[in-house]
Amino acid sequence: MLDDQNAKSMTIIVTKSTLDWAYPPFILATTAAAMGLNVTMFFTFYGLGLLKKDMNLKVNPLGNAAMEMPMAGGHMAMPNIMAALPGATALTSAMMKNMIKKKGIASIEELRELAIEAEVKLIACQMTMDLFEYKPEDMIDGPIIGGAASWVDEAVRSDINLYI
Amino acid sequence: MADQVLDAKGLNCPLPILRAKKALNVLPSGGTLEIIATDPGAVKDFEAFCRTTGNELMSSEVDGGLYTFVIKRTA
Repeated sequence: MLDDQNAKSMTIIVTKSTLDWAYPPFILATTAAAMGLNVTMFFTFYGLGLLKKDMNLKVNPLGNAAMEMPMAGGHMAMPNIMAALPGATALTSAMMKNMIKKKGIASIEELRELAIEAEVKLIACQMTMDLFEYKPEDMIDGPIIGGAASWVDEAVRSDINLYI
Repeated sequence: MADQVLDAKGLNCPLPILRAKKALNVLPSGGTLEIIATDPGAVKDFEAFCRTTGNELMSSEVDGGLYTFVIKRTA
């Protein structure tokens, strides 16, 4: 059991912000925080999109042979040639968001809100901000802007370190 | 009868745990929280949550598709 004397901590390096891959880091971060861990999330490269004010997350099955959707009692995968058509991303993203809502699964916006509320420490990668020309005003309030050393400093003292 | 009841029906992982944690936060030490959920994963998850946080899982019951848990705030 965890208490003030033996508090544990966890860091997550977040590298993706498609609608599907946005879930594992936020689910684990919020749950760990609820279970008493100090949690740090370091957003780098394509993970940085999860700190944008306007996320508008998308998913496309192109090149992802494992992605299939429940349909008419079975499961269906979209052929790559269809997934490459204009509008396919909008279609699959809308389908996924609809499923998420129907199954009582939290939206990423909600999980991000809960993470902030639970005092999860958010670090936005400075180098990625420069590389992709993101401005601090594109991002939500709260994240610290830092570099690799900021993550290492947390990770070296943490019990769990994940790369997602 | 628990001091507080949390309706977590229709919510999926990790929302029942997150809502329960929030509800426990405002309970006094020794207070009890009843959670009603429909997520079958909640059975294992509330056991794990209580083991890690040190709160006491007083009961865990299933009736059809309804899962009812009573947690005593001890942490």
